[in-house]
Amino acid sequence: MDELIDILKGIHPEVDYETEEALIDSRIFDSFDIVTLVGQLTEEYDIEIGPEDLLPENFNSAKSIYELVCRLMEE
Amino acid sequence: MLTNILEYLERSAEKYPDKTAYASDDKQLTYSQLKNGAERIGTGIASLTENMGENLPVMIFMKKSPETIAAFMGVLMSGNFYVPIDTEMPVHRVGLIIENLRPSLIICDAELMDEVDRIAGGRAAVRSYESLSGFDPDHERLRKIRERRIDTDPAYAIYTSGSTGIPKGVLVSHRSLIDYVEHFSEACGFSDTDVAGNQVPFHFDASLIDIYCTLRNGASMVIIPVQLFSAPARLLEHMERWKITIIRWVPSALNMVSTFGALKLSRPSELRKIIFGAEAMPTKCFNYWKSNYPDAFFMQIYGPTEITGICTYYIVDRDFDDSETIPIGRQIKNSSVFLLDENDRLITDSDPGMIGEICVRGSGLANGYINSPEATERSFTQNPLNNRYPERIYRTGDLASYNEYGELVFASRKDHQIKHMGHRIELPEIEAAASGMEGMQNAACIFDERKNRIIMAYVSDALDDIAIIEYLKKRLPRYMIPNVLKKIGKMPFTTGGKTDRMKLREMMIENP
Repeated sequence: MDELIDILKGIHPEVDYETEEALIDSRIFDSFDIVTLVGQLTEEYDIEIGPEDLLPENFNSAKSIYELVCRLMEE
Repeated sequence: MLTNILEYLERSAEKYPDKTAYASDDKQLTYSQLKNGAERIGTGIASLTENMGENLPVMIFMKKSPETIAAFMGVLMSGNFYVPIDTEMPVHRVGLIIENLRPSLIICDAELMDEVDRIAGGRAAVRSYESLSGFDPDHERLRKIRERRIDTDPAYAIYTSGSTGIPKGVLVSHRSLIDYVEHFSEACGFSDTDVAGNQVPFHFDASLIDIYCTLRNGASMVIIPVQLFSAPARLLEHMERWKITIIRWVPSALNMVSTFGALKLSRPSELRKIIFGAEAMPTKCFNYWKSNYPDAFFMQIYGPTEITGICTYYIVDRDFDDSETIPIGRQIKNSSVFLLDENDRLITDSDPGMIGEICVRGSGLANGYINSPEATERSFTQNPLNNRYPERIYRTGDLASYNEYGELVFASRKDHQIKHMGHRIELPEIEAAASGMEGMQNAACIFDERKNRIIMAYVSDALDDIAIIEYLKKRLPRYMIPNVLKKIGKMPFTTGGKTDRMKLREMMIENP
């Protein structure tokens, strides 16, 4: 999780990822940030994130992103 | 000859009264509702500005909705011009615009009244859209106002990034807007069967195509919720649900879909026209869309705000390798686009590959910058190829060359202006904002084109990245916030004492 938070901080250092639960719904992360984030997650965790995974509920919080990464790593 | 953009509204309201003109997920306006709404707003504004004159600036501070367009039309009916402002723009920047524009009136959503009142600080009257909608249309009054209008009167102004740190308001006339809409509608065969899928914000002139081509042709326009551009599968489902036929998106939005190969999940079945511009189109992205829509109409458009959004267009009529650049094409009707070398000599298409500055003359030229005569004089200059009579041209600052087909191909910028996420940004404006921060010794920005990100290097003992981001977010729109911050010990300077951007680029991008 700490590693993931570091990646997220690299995109928006000012966000409190412990508490924020609306990264997409509140438009803290826009489409450009998502493209950047997915590129970094793909590289860092050697996973493939498909368009079907790009849903707000998967990217609204650090926790949901972490769960997505764990699920894709298992697949 | 059309002389007022409102003629489109009248024509379509008569021909298609009950057809949906503009829609969002929770609101729809038919053409007759749009016209009636505009007449109410127009009457309200005319009453409030009765003894103040006409051709006055009216700021529109409303979230994107069909009613925002009714407000635009209402302002035009009142004999004034509208100035759309991003409701998410930091208060400090809105304040700078109010200072420059000196609006006669600000129209906002009712829920934003308190906030706008605070920002205006008594410098302009503020009324909600809802309160102006309460006026009964005074057709006689609106008719008289209309009779006094001529086609060179201003229709709208759009604020763009300014290199001095102060945004510039580009003022555009009915004539320029009409010629643009006429050309564009014909070029892409826009018709009453089209449904436009709007992506671009209304405070950005790329939205003019969606708004006015829809209005001219009695078509429909659907506002796509911005959040969907972070969820491509839902975006494509939304397009299918609304049966969208034409999109004019910035390449970043098209790229979101292509990067993740989302069209394999859902392919909007009615889509047949795809238009892009406002920043460089990655050819790989274009090829992805083209392979999924082999029979669709693809068009690249080019042009700054100062020439009403576009001055050249290219209907993609041949194949391109991923490594090739798609041309920006040829001039639109009633505009003359030409290249000048550094000695102001004309470069013609018989010299393919020679780089020159794109210059434009014609009806698309903006009236100038609001309350900025010096900036207007600098950008809109006498045509150096004509010493017989006064003739204005606009020097875009963009460099291009002709290819073997006689089409223009964009090369780069002359200065420090960039295009990021479809937005035009003067890097010195970001630097000026950062430099105002206590404890900031030096700040300079460069743009990494390959990764499409703004990098800001700064020198400061007292500040860190978070403090700087928090500060900039209060002053700049989100698309101007640097994507990467790098604290450095010493800023590189040229022997002339200016920031050495070449060296900085080397430090930040090439040898980080």
